[in-house]
Amino acid sequence: MKTCEIIGLEKSFGGNHVLRGIDMHLSAGEVVVLMGANGAGKSTLVKVLCGFHDHDGGSMQLDGVAYCPADAADAISHGVVTVHQSIDDGVIPDLDVATNLMLNQLTEPGAGLLVRDGALRRAAQKVADNMGLRMDVRTKVADLSVADRQMIAIARAMAYDPKVLILDEPTSSLSASEADRLFTLVDRLRTQGVAILYISHRMSDIRRIADRIVCMRDGEISGTFEHAPLDYSGAVTAMLGHSMTDVDIDVQHGGQPILEIDALSLSGSAQTVSFSAQDGEVIAITGLLGSGKSALADIIFGLQSPKSGQMRIAGQPYAPQSAAQAVAAGVFMSSKDRSTNAVIPDFDIANNMTLPFLSQFSRATLLSTRAQRAAAQDMIARLGIVCQSDDDGIGTLSGGNQQKVMIGRWLLKDCRVLLLDEPFQGVDIGARRDIGAHIRATAKGRATLVFVAELDEALEIADRIIVLNEGAIAGQHENRGVDMEALIAQVSGPLGAQQQVNT
Amino acid sequence: MTRETLLNFAIRFGFLILLFGLVIYFSLSANGFASPRSAAFILQSVAITGILALGVTCTLVVDGFDLSIGSVATSALMLSAYAMVILEMSAGSAVLLCLLMGAVVGLINGLLIVKFKVPDLLATLGMMFLLIGLQRIPTQGNSIATGMKLADGSTAEGTFSAAFLWLGRHRFDLVVERLVPMPVVIFLITAVVIWVFLELTRHGRLMYAIGSNERAAALVGANVSRYKIAAYMISGVTASIGGILLAARLGRGDIASGNNLLLDSVAAALIGFAVLGAARANAFGTAIGALFVGILLQGLTMMNAPYYTQDFVKGAVLVLALVFTFYLSAKRSAGGKT
Repeated sequence: MKTCEIIGLEKSFGGNHVLRGIDMHLSAGEVVVLMGANGAGKSTLVKVLCGFHDHDGGSMQLDGVAYCPADAADAISHGVVTVHQSIDDGVIPDLDVATNLMLNQLTEPGAGLLVRDGALRRAAQKVADNMGLRMDVRTKVADLSVADRQMIAIARAMAYDPKVLILDEPTSSLSASEADRLFTLVDRLRTQGVAILYISHRMSDIRRIADRIVCMRDGEISGTFEHAPLDYSGAVTAMLGHSMTDVDIDVQHGGQPILEIDALSLSGSAQTVSFSAQDGEVIAITGLLGSGKSALADIIFGLQSPKSGQMRIAGQPYAPQSAAQAVAAGVFMSSKDRSTNAVIPDFDIANNMTLPFLSQFSRATLLSTRAQRAAAQDMIARLGIVCQSDDDGIGTLSGGNQQKVMIGRWLLKDCRVLLLDEPFQGVDIGARRDIGAHIRATAKGRATLVFVAELDEALEIADRIIVLNEGAIAGQHENRGVDMEALIAQVSGPLGAQQQVNT
Repeated sequence: MTRETLLNFAIRFGFLILLFGLVIYFSLSANGFASPRSAAFILQSVAITGILALGVTCTLVVDGFDLSIGSVATSALMLSAYAMVILEMSAGSAVLLCLLMGAVVGLINGLLIVKFKVPDLLATLGMMFLLIGLQRIPTQGNSIATGMKLADGSTAEGTFSAAFLWLGRHRFDLVVERLVPMPVVIFLITAVVIWVFLELTRHGRLMYAIGSNERAAALVGANVSRYKIAAYMISGVTASIGGILLAARLGRGDIASGNNLLLDSVAAALIGFAVLGAARANAFGTAIGALFVGILLQGLTMMNAPYYTQDFVKGAVLVLALVFTFYLSAKRSAGGKT
């Protein structure tokens, strides 16, 4: 049964024809994965569906009735509910879990004037149990982990009793085990008969969850795959317009050690981490949330002090107290979650890119706009950033291109150690390969550490993979014929391995 | 496409065209509006507000706000009068003392906000109250004038020195004899200095970056705390410059003057958002914003609008400018998104 049908949908912004006749349908109890490179028009399609934009041509139907939402609230009242990519759009961080879950009841016309906390909490507890959420409903949402917040955003969406649920890259900030919890939830919703549109770049998500794959390219549907077994490589080809070969890593062992980590304590525990990163080597550091991955990145970049242990750069002791000191010592970090940690929304591409090195683009503190622009244009060409010019506002770029700008920022100047924390967040596979190839091509002269949760990404970029678990190194692999089973077992650790046996 | 171009043009130049239209209109309908004297008068009327507004612009740039500027200015007014009339200090040391006071107040504001994590509006509101009270204590709530009676029955011996009054009252020859008042010159110099600082130096660029995304700025190695404190110190110093000029113009430490300074200067800075479609605090916009209010009030006054309509007019301009900035810019960014 077709819950939602989209026929010949068109949308333009000015002269930019973004959707060129989209035909697709969503059925009850089915998960449709929408794939598309950055800028293919996925976000626009979602925004039309959830009433944020109106469409220029074509039509939409919901249960056979014409559907044309006036705004987001109207879409929700029709049963089309969206969980947006940015998690904090979906929750109110300063309120507790119970209030967040019950928020739509508070806005209902018949709701009483006084809030009865006890009843609210009991009702919320019921919702939470239904969704398999196990936190205390009195916790403030701001104190929860990203994954829990994402679950609450979805639970809130479910409170509207949707016919169609749209999940826009729900796993982009989640680690593998957290994503697993999300998939369990999606499975549960599927059996409840919700039609789910799931947007993601992560192949592992898609393999796990998809009943049908729809690919978009340049505002058109470029392929639909619905018969099991799903043709994943065909889907990637349809999405990119050309086939994607596997990345061939020519493993480098590197020269002189540059960064030496010596018995560094990442969490409060007695476990420590020691390794050294060589000149020209790209090391992927992977692990679950809480494995110490983020803590290690923060310590090397001077945002956290280690409980114990030392670091050395080229033999010299290195103990940065701030990001400024780290940068001065030649340690650069491209942070994860670019919209909160990296993008300056008011600035154009050139200023965003050159921000860390303004002193080198100025004489007697007066900025040389020409030097900034020249450097930015050079980097735009090298990374293949799609834009009109270097003075485009950063917000006009698609996610993948924004991420290229953020990484390009730290490639402008030579460094000793380059840290890339989740560099492929919300980036399509084409842009991901561009970034990866560039990182590898410029790796000489520095040690590069890439922090990724996704193993596919680690295998695509690294010479060596270090697995962290509970603040200790659980395994190291040279990236040549890696034993995937062993790798996965090390990632999930003894605890996770037990869970996998149980399921 | 043409609608979009038109919208962009309106956002960029709408406010300047409006200003230009006003000048033409007043020149045609108000006799004597288009004269050097009238221009100098307008500039003089906005000079002190403008200087304060340029300071508050710096705090707006780092996504802060300084409510204490008005009271810093009046404190500087009282302090300079007290220093010269009662403490019998020289003009130079009185000026230095006031500037130092402004810088220290800015430093305290900055520390309250950065180190003690007090929200900017609350910290500077507290400072505003504190200063309004403090400036009255030394004179038991009285204004300061030369030859005033002191609490112990004696008479104040000090005077406002000629050099000090020169700051507020001197007029330079330009086209017409004794045309441009000193405060206007200082206003223009301050405007140029702040503009260069914010637009052309790397420090200014980093301050804008901090205002737009503080975390991201910190993660590229910018010293966020230091820049924020610096912004409040600039604001404090410019406010005390305003206060000094006011004292020099009045020639007495008048407890009641400077009431409108805060609101007027904040309005100028906010009107500046609309100039050239910047949609953010900027020095050029602030200067134009101050000028806009000055021209409008002067024109209306010359066309016999009563004085009590002034605040209404200022408010209307401010609301118009804010709609201009936020509604039109929101339209533009929504249209450009894909």
